[in-house]
Amino acid sequence: METQTLIYLVVGGTFALYVGIAIWARAGSTGEFYAAGRGIHPVTNGMATAADWMSAASFISMAGLIAFTGYGNSSFLMGWTGGYVLLAMLLAPYLRKFGKYTVPEFIGDRFYSQTARLVAVVCLIIISVTYVIGQMTGVGVTFARFLQVSTETGLYIGSAVVFVYAVLGGMKGITYTQVAQYVVLITAYTIPAIFISLNLTGNPVPPLGLFSEHTASGVPLLQRLDEVIVSLGFAQYTTLNTSMFNMVLFTLALMIGTAGLPHVIIRFFTVPKVADARWSAGWALVFIAILYFTAPSVGAMARLNIVDTIQIGEVGSPEGNLAYENRPDWFQTWETTGLLKFEDKNADGRIQYYNEANAAFAAQAQEWGWAGNELTVNPDILVLANPEIANLPGWVIALVAAGGLAAALSTAAGLLLAISSAISHDLLKSAIMPSISEKGELLAARIAMAGAIVLATWLGLNPPGFAAQTVALAFGLAASSIFPVLMMGIFSKRINNMGAIAGMLTGILSTCLYIFTYLGWFFIPGTNMIANTPDNWLFGIAPASFGVVGAILNFAVAYGVSRATAAPPQEIQDLVESVRIPRGAGGAVAH
Amino acid sequence: MMSQNDRDQSYWKANLSLVRNCLIIWAVVAFGFAIVFRPLLSGISIGGTDLGFWFAQQGSIIVFLALIFFYAWRMNKLDRDFGVEE
Repeated sequence: METQTLIYLVVGGTFALYVGIAIWARAGSTGEFYAAGRGIHPVTNGMATAADWMSAASFISMAGLIAFTGYGNSSFLMGWTGGYVLLAMLLAPYLRKFGKYTVPEFIGDRFYSQTARLVAVVCLIIISVTYVIGQMTGVGVTFARFLQVSTETGLYIGSAVVFVYAVLGGMKGITYTQVAQYVVLITAYTIPAIFISLNLTGNPVPPLGLFSEHTASGVPLLQRLDEVIVSLGFAQYTTLNTSMFNMVLFTLALMIGTAGLPHVIIRFFTVPKVADARWSAGWALVFIAILYFTAPSVGAMARLNIVDTIQIGEVGSPEGNLAYENRPDWFQTWETTGLLKFEDKNADGRIQYYNEANAAFAAQAQEWGWAGNELTVNPDILVLANPEIANLPGWVIALVAAGGLAAALSTAAGLLLAISSAISHDLLKSAIMPSISEKGELLAARIAMAGAIVLATWLGLNPPGFAAQTVALAFGLAASSIFPVLMMGIFSKRINNMGAIAGMLTGILSTCLYIFTYLGWFFIPGTNMIANTPDNWLFGIAPASFGVVGAILNFAVAYGVSRATAAPPQEIQDLVESVRIPRGAGGAVAH
Repeated sequence: MMSQNDRDQSYWKANLSLVRNCLIIWAVVAFGFAIVFRPLLSGISIGGTDLGFWFAQQGSIIVFLALIFFYAWRMNKLDRDFGVEE
């Protein structure tokens, strides 16, 4: 069967599955809409959390991010998994014990302040909306690459599917769809990885293959990769080429940010017991780790593969570079997408791929008659083109298309639920119309969900130019506002309403100020006050790592202000005591 | 015989020290073995590179997994020992 037909069949089939699940798992009450009736098994929730968490960035981009930087970008691997240790020990079990529906609700109750709750709602919406933009562009891009429809049409189809299962099923529908989406995305990710690992190392387990011998050269794969790319003027793969201080800080920022993301936290409200929340965090990391063990292998192997394809002989010899007319089929396929670009600068009909930014090497290359790097590789291609590079059958290519969509849609749905429950529960029910009936609130939640999907689709169609940089903002805000305030709410009885509000505002404002100073006000190009270069950074702290400093400022200000003002009332101190003890959690707490 | 309130307090203390110990390991592995102490471990080679690289790309994640499951197992036991389980 034609690959294109297979892609339509597989993607169409998975979409039909998601809709079918939605019809089966309709939400009948607010408890089901917000927290899936708290009846989700910890392993099931772990799988749903993994899909909720692993976004288009994890699925499509992460392997490429590691491949083209090497060791230094291990921060993504440790940061995006190490956050689960913090979640499991510092937040998830206690928030499950608290037993309500949203993250701002805990902040409002614990700090006996509607203002604190509203500040939290604002943070949640900024974080989730910036995050959802990336997912919607991921949906559009995947459609355009694989299904030969326009990005717009792709977005409408993706949004329509999310609309059906998120509006109908709420958290309950999203949970079971996420389980299906996890299975699709992990299968799609691992199958091509197994084949590329077999091809290069003879080992079918990619994480083991990474540390095995490269069959063609007889030396360890990583050593071979280092040799090959250094011979083309690139920096070594296995060494740190940036500052150690920033690597530590960036890793920590991603960890704290991960633990502070509301759409991940609320997944732990769906399990029956406090003990289940602890197990569930472990299961979530098991399912996440399967992809995170595979990603660095895919990255290193695919990069070696690409270089070996282009540099077929000795570096510098006229015959050493692949003639353009002999390029493989996958090369041609991906040239049409623009993710792979060739420009024959020295008009010799051969492809020269090297690091032209390396002055010493560029001078040497000029002597060979090379007139500059001729190949531009978009990092995303490493995962997307993997099946074609490894010569896998059409159904694997179809699966990768479905996997990319599953990763983007599952994360989008989780974010949309966090946004809609903040609107219907924290704004409408709590602040604007406290007398609203449960049925009315459920309807409002569905309308808010529909509105959030329309907004997300619009943002996907008109992505702000800063889409790529917003990740720094989302993680920075989660790290500097949500995480510290939740942790203090559980681990301190002394932090009061004034302290929490002052701390959150300090965290948000300092982080936004620092990021905007270097990346431009609201990311508008040209409005940055200081050029974004390592020399200019305050104490050498990169804007993307600043969430850590924001969090420290948040803790310090909250502590100082709380010491200077009255201690929280007795009933709040009792609330903290009760959150710390699993006894008496039971099912959903009536509102 | 301790009152339930005293037992709740000792339960919380036990939890805090468990969390502290786990997070020390978490930090030493992720920021130590994988980044800051990597030069010290460079003598131990593994698959064409050194132990620090392995910790940064795989070992740390294995340790995170072990820590969470160990914590869940210990806490569920503490819940029963202190009579605070659901």
